[in-house]
Amino acid sequence: MELFVASPILFPLLGILLNVLIGKKLGERGVGWLASTVVVASFAVSLALFAQVAGDSEHAAVHVKVLPWISAGPLQVSWGLLVDPLSSVMMLIVTGIGALIHIYSIGYMHGDPHFQRFFVYLNLFIASMLTLVMADNFLVLFVGWELVGLCSYLLIGFWFTELKNAAAGRKAFVVNRIGDVGFVLGILAIFVTFGSLDFAEVFKAVKAQGGALAAAAGVITLLLFIGATGKSAQIPLFVWLPDAMAGPTPVSALIHAATMVTAGIYMMTRAHALFELAPFTQQIVALVGALTALVAGTSALRQLDIKRVLAYSTVSQLGFMVAAAGLGAYVASMFHLLTHAFFKALLFLAAGSVIHGMGHDRHTDPQDMRNMGGLARRMPVTFAAFVIGGLALAGVPPLSGFFSKDEILLAAFTHQPLTFLLLGATAIVTALYVGRQLILVFLGEPRTASAAHAHESPAVMTAPLIALAVGAVLGGALNLPGGGWLHHWLEPLIAEQAKPLNLPLAAFFTALSVLALAVAGWMYRRPERAAREVARGVGLFLARAWRIDDAYAQVVVKPFYFISTVCAQVVDVGLVDGAVNGVGDVFRRLAQLVRGLQTGLVRNYGLVMLLGAVLVTAYFVVVR
Amino acid sequence: MMINSTDVVAVLPFISVALGSVGLLIADLLIPAERRHVTAWLAAALLLTAAVIALSLLGSPTFEAFGGMVISDPTAFFLDTLICTIGLVTILLTLRYNQVRGILRGEFYILLALSISGMTLVTHANNLLILLLGIELLSIPLYVLCGIARPRLESEESALKYFLTGAFASGFLVYGIALTYGASGTLSLQTAPAAPNVSGDPLLLIGIGLILVGLGFKVAAVPFHLWAPDTYEGAPTTVTAFMATATKVAGFAALLRVLHGGLPGMESTWQPLVAIIAAATMIVGNLAALAQQNLKRMLAYSSIAHAGYALVGVAAHDTTSVVFYLTGYAFTTLAAFAVITAIGSSEGEEMQFLEAYSGLGRQKPLLGAVLAIAMFSLIGIPPTVGFIGKYFVFQAAVAKGLVWLAVLGVLTSAMAAYYYLRVVMVAFIREGSAAAPLPTPSAPRNLAAAISVAAVFVLGVVPALLLSMIGNGMLSTTP
Repeated sequence: MELFVASPILFPLLGILLNVLIGKKLGERGVGWLASTVVVASFAVSLALFAQVAGDSEHAAVHVKVLPWISAGPLQVSWGLLVDPLSSVMMLIVTGIGALIHIYSIGYMHGDPHFQRFFVYLNLFIASMLTLVMADNFLVLFVGWELVGLCSYLLIGFWFTELKNAAAGRKAFVVNRIGDVGFVLGILAIFVTFGSLDFAEVFKAVKAQGGALAAAAGVITLLLFIGATGKSAQIPLFVWLPDAMAGPTPVSALIHAATMVTAGIYMMTRAHALFELAPFTQQIVALVGALTALVAGTSALRQLDIKRVLAYSTVSQLGFMVAAAGLGAYVASMFHLLTHAFFKALLFLAAGSVIHGMGHDRHTDPQDMRNMGGLARRMPVTFAAFVIGGLALAGVPPLSGFFSKDEILLAAFTHQPLTFLLLGATAIVTALYVGRQLILVFLGEPRTASAAHAHESPAVMTAPLIALAVGAVLGGALNLPGGGWLHHWLEPLIAEQAKPLNLPLAAFFTALSVLALAVAGWMYRRPERAAREVARGVGLFLARAWRIDDAYAQVVVKPFYFISTVCAQVVDVGLVDGAVNGVGDVFRRLAQLVRGLQTGLVRNYGLVMLLGAVLVTAYFVVVR
Repeated sequence: MMINSTDVVAVLPFISVALGSVGLLIADLLIPAERRHVTAWLAAALLLTAAVIALSLLGSPTFEAFGGMVISDPTAFFLDTLICTIGLVTILLTLRYNQVRGILRGEFYILLALSISGMTLVTHANNLLILLLGIELLSIPLYVLCGIARPRLESEESALKYFLTGAFASGFLVYGIALTYGASGTLSLQTAPAAPNVSGDPLLLIGIGLILVGLGFKVAAVPFHLWAPDTYEGAPTTVTAFMATATKVAGFAALLRVLHGGLPGMESTWQPLVAIIAAATMIVGNLAALAQQNLKRMLAYSSIAHAGYALVGVAAHDTTSVVFYLTGYAFTTLAAFAVITAIGSSEGEEMQFLEAYSGLGRQKPLLGAVLAIAMFSLIGIPPTVGFIGKYFVFQAAVAKGLVWLAVLGVLTSAMAAYYYLRVVMVAFIREGSAAAPLPTPSAPRNLAAAISVAAVFVLGVVPALLLSMIGNGMLSTTP
């Protein structure tokens, strides 16, 4: 049983092993299909486990301890895996979308000299992400958390020969590390408070002690949330995600849209019992999420790179999920996580398809939307996919995004007016940038030769698009208003009042979204506007994401470099090296002095011995 | 006086080595001059036998023999085993080295065996006369061995210096013994200070002081160490290796017999003095080693410094730690000398200077590794025995309240890292061809190196192996 539960993690590891050992012999196709097959196998096992949990009348979790790990006094940690309603949903997302993206990558990465390395990293990511979501305690969760961070770093910098890509990978790693400090401290605080890191024991204690833990819970949850702001790209740590677009597009879709970046939301949902004891933290979480949603959403309005629009959009949508978690609407948060995984992965893969199709002329940036236009006729499947993903993102009914976003807006509407205002504004902004992007990329006339000669991508790439499109369209059915499937499914973990559809609210936002799409269409009927409006003023401010990166450069990076320079040149060279060399010099001189005793003349040796003997006897006679 | 079987058993290692060396003397006459290595192998067999005998006697309880002249306890038999093993390893080193330099002579091995017989007597000494006898028996063959490479001048200089200073030191030893006898009326180590009002007698104290001077010379403790660098440098490397290890062990055996085994109740008298000598020895030995460019000379100072560390254990009155330290030091040093005997031109010219070792790690990775391991163990880096040995003596010092001595030991160890690591650096990092074509590989030498390195690691990882052999507090102190 242990082996079966662990097999979703083990399959990708097996894939890594085989691809590392015999990948050269398998060739490009062999490597790609092997890597994809093991993920499909993981998906199959995940389905079986899901079915097992679903088949149980109480949705009892499957819980196994695979191996003991740490046994040090009160700290007892084992490699335990937990398949409950929450983690089984995550497993299906990770392996299902993961498998589609593996297959897509076979086409997208075709001809890359490091094809094999790419798929090894992708497999490693799947194994790591599954470790994260299947963990039965905070420490194993953290192992997965760090491993996905590593994979993210490796894949962002996959084309590391270009300095920009390597720098982006490093930035992602460093910024995530800041969040990790909070997370590690949070885990420590949990251990100090509860004496255990197992989910079961911690949450049992939370349930038993309740309000008595309020203060501790406040500290713990704030620390955990710092971790979440790193991994899930929230203010103030969201700056790494847009740069992470330097990685290959399938990576952006898998890691930086559908799965890894949602780890923070998953973690908060997992620990929701703690968050519910800390209303102050929840307020902060909701506000940070909503603010992130608006800042990132408006930034997306003025991006010219097709992937950066989607990156800021992802940050914005993650803000929605985080805000929902802060509002206590965990089911809505998970629901949006699910639908977002579909439609954002779809959008990224469609964008990848566009980039792939644009890649004719090496002198034209295939990601710059100013170089596109008129691709709808040339890439019909991609276009259709992008439209579906875009409309889902904009929240147009009956696509999946409509339902999940509406649920969050409703929760905000009934709880916190400020959060509601921020999120509502973001919803409108979302429709604006979706419309802008659709028009700039697909409509009008081709603006470059690359766009004119663009072609539809191969079936291996379009097939995953179609599969994801189906999910993006129908995903909403998973949790229809008024207590849908997901709501009941998560009930054993999250007891939440299901809300019926608030028709006026839904209609209001639908109308606004459609209107915003139309406005965007009217604004960008002349596409040159896009280039003009980012040149200065507010446009430039938004294009540079509210200049937060610039502020960090001034406030954090520059002083840090200054301190480093001082340490390196003054403290290290002057003080430390000086002291060490000084000590060395002293001893060298002493050594020369001692060496002087060694005259090579036996009579001197005898004299010294005699002196020694005199001293020894003198000691005994006089001192004693 | 009747000699019974107990008496024989008590000094069986000594008897077998002594008789064996006489036999070797006769056998060597029968061996043709061009087949001298047969003598070497016979000597090796002799020492192996003696080592096995001593090892098998390890378990026997403590007893005195020959009317209290000698004593047999686990420490004595363990040191016998150790000394015979060192002799065995030395012989393995000599086979190729002495042949290349034309000193593969029968008398070399006979003298070696004789010297070892003296050492195995020292380890059992329970009487100052026996002690003197053993020390002279081990010293005189060594004087000859140092000069065996005549007509090479350095070798003769080495022998002469050793002999002159050695004779001088023996004078102190004999005089000290005489004064002790005069004060106490006995030569027995057990009873000398036992008589009432004797322990404070200045005559006795001066006598003990002069004995310490004589033994301090043998272990090359500061300020009686000046002979060591010159002698070590000039003597044939195989002899140097033997002196740096076996003679050192025997010297400490004598010190342990006098200070730990005998002179009951006088610890507070000698402890401060030994502690000061230990401190001076650690400081001077390490400082002087810093300035050396000649590897052999550096190892000479290193052996002085290590005598200082062993003296820390002596000062702390912890026999086990001293014995353990010496064992680890001996094998580590043998490993280092194994490499030195391997480097050199085929004409017998030795490569003593550090530069000759540049690039050794790349050209002869195994030899380089042995050298590096020896250096790491001499510094005291785990998992080598050098680390555990230092740990034991420092721990013993702290337990006895000699914290300052332990701190000084750690500080000087850090200083020592500089010159030991420089050897590793030259061998592994510096570019360059090891200047001379290396002599053809020698299987016995490789075996010696392998034994030494294995001991360095095994004792470094499982020190309990050795501790269980020597037991705890084994040196008998008759109440």
